[in-house]
Amino acid sequence: MAAGVLTGVRQVLRGPRLVSAVFSCHGQTFSSAAAAPDTGETKILNFPLTQPDYFRLSELFTLKDLFEARVHLGHKKGCRHRLMEPYLFGSRLDTDIIDLEQTAEHLQRALNFTAHVAYRGGIILFVSRRRQFGHLIETTARECGEYAHTRYWKGGLLTNASIQYSPGVRLPDLILFFSTLNNVFQQHVGIRDAAKMNIPTVGIVDSNCNPSLITYPVPGNDDTPVAMEMYCRLFKMTINRAKDKRRQMELLKGISASV
Amino acid sequence: MAASGCRGVRSILWKYGSCGKNFCVSRSKTVPQLPVRQICVSSSLWKKNLAAAGPQKFTQEFIDKQVEEFEVGKRHLANMMGEDPETFTQEDIDRSIAYLFPSGLFEKRARPVMKHPDEIFPKQTAIQWDAEGRPFHFLFYTGRQSYYSLLHDVYEKILAIERHQDKMRNKGLFTSETKQILLTGSRWLLKEEIEEYLVENISDHDYVRLIQLMEKLLSMPYCSLEEEFILKFRKQLEAQSSKHEIPALQYDPQGVAFSVADGRRKTAKASITLRDSGSGNITINGRNYLHCFPLLQDREQLMFPLHFAGALRLAISRALLSFVSEGEVERIRQAGLLTADPRIRERKKPGQEGARKKFTWKKR
Repeated sequence: MAAGVLTGVRQVLRGPRLVSAVFSCHGQTFSSAAAAPDTGETKILNFPLTQPDYFRLSELFTLKDLFEARVHLGHKKGCRHRLMEPYLFGSRLDTDIIDLEQTAEHLQRALNFTAHVAYRGGIILFVSRRRQFGHLIETTARECGEYAHTRYWKGGLLTNASIQYSPGVRLPDLILFFSTLNNVFQQHVGIRDAAKMNIPTVGIVDSNCNPSLITYPVPGNDDTPVAMEMYCRLFKMTINRAKDKRRQMELLKGISASV
Repeated sequence: MAASGCRGVRSILWKYGSCGKNFCVSRSKTVPQLPVRQICVSSSLWKKNLAAAGPQKFTQEFIDKQVEEFEVGKRHLANMMGEDPETFTQEDIDRSIAYLFPSGLFEKRARPVMKHPDEIFPKQTAIQWDAEGRPFHFLFYTGRQSYYSLLHDVYEKILAIERHQDKMRNKGLFTSETKQILLTGSRWLLKEEIEEYLVENISDHDYVRLIQLMEKLLSMPYCSLEEEFILKFRKQLEAQSSKHEIPALQYDPQGVAFSVADGRRKTAKASITLRDSGSGNITINGRNYLHCFPLLQDREQLMFPLHFAGALRLAISRALLSFVSEGEVERIRQAGLLTADPRIRERKKPGQEGARKKFTWKKR
């Protein structure tokens, strides 16, 4: 059963331009030994990859929206992380200002990646350790049909999954960090664990965070409620769009197959 | 393979399949076929490690079969008792079983019982994900989905009540004198009861956190909107006052008020009539009580040391209730005069002098 689940997951994430994840589980590497795939199925999976913005996510937000949601406000100069300096526009009265043009670009890429993962039926996990927004993030995840973890992160949730849950559990295919720090201002354990387990991550990095281990960092404010609500709204809309598109394509394939 | 964990005698037979010749050619495509060994092992391997298996798991089909058998058995029982199988309730089942299998055991849980399998077999967690591997619950990856989803729901209710409060304030209808939930006579569920409800283990800290959140919900003025939800987590304490009925005052032809009451202690039974005459005479079995208890100094008070007197004391206290006001009733109850003493004489066992006393122990 574990073998069946894993080969299913490999088919799901089999995209040349996406992160090439070689799933090694229990010391055995599963080679891509699947039988010749159905052409309808491959077309459904590969067609969205032919265009840069297949889901038209650039319509979802503008630079002005980001500014009005106060995404550009970072922490004070003393809290600045060295690796965030390329993403900063400058500082004003000791407060760091994040460059919104770079943010927009990164956000576009992150949303696009999320949409593709959701399109292929991947499991998306929303993570944050901020108590103010925990309920909001859990509600967003539930409304999208995805999963959330805004509570205390137990040690081996990803790295020791077969013991923490049950043998044969399927791990998330994408982890979204709405805040990369935990309550003691250290990097969230989930980032390192996801990197160990070859799970791609998307993270909202503030000016005091370390963006290095995150696959798709999005420099932006993670403290203001307006900004968090905006991110939640954007990710929810992306995931819903991607899933609706997938359902449409399946229906079309069903109609064309019967015709 | 079992080879690594094997103890005891083993004999090894090597067996190569025909894949040996084509080994190099197909290596990249298929997983290489390992040699099959026949190994004889000792019995220690096939004995089940009972401790490591954990609590016994029941499959859903087993539980379904039990439910079926219960329903059939219920109908048979109804026919046996001569009642209508369609309207045979759980109380009727309990009554019938107590009638057909009378048991003298004191422990109620040791007596024969016939209940629906859901109440007998402990609740277990079913498989958590669907055919594609996607978990059903949105908080599955926290590891403790039931507990965290309960916290999530409680917080959601708190937010809903706050929104309602704001709406009332906007309309100008906000009042602090709203319908309050009656919490007297109930307690919060214990940690073990919550664990049973959630089918998950929680720590003391988590339990305290949950109770704090429920208290916060209760502290809001409009909490009566969620009364049903809150009462699910409160257990009613046994209300002592409701069980006891005060005997009504009766009047005899002369217009004197009197009340009748019974009392029991060990094997003595007392049945008394307390009259409101005010003379203070106590008559036991037709004789004056001085003749019954001639040697007692404190017989004016009701603390008789004899067991016969214990029955009298209980009966007198019960009869007194109808003459006396509510406050006094509480005081009598607090003094312990209304509690029937359940102690009875323990039987003598063979091999001993009495119930507990043993024969003299001789070292040799």
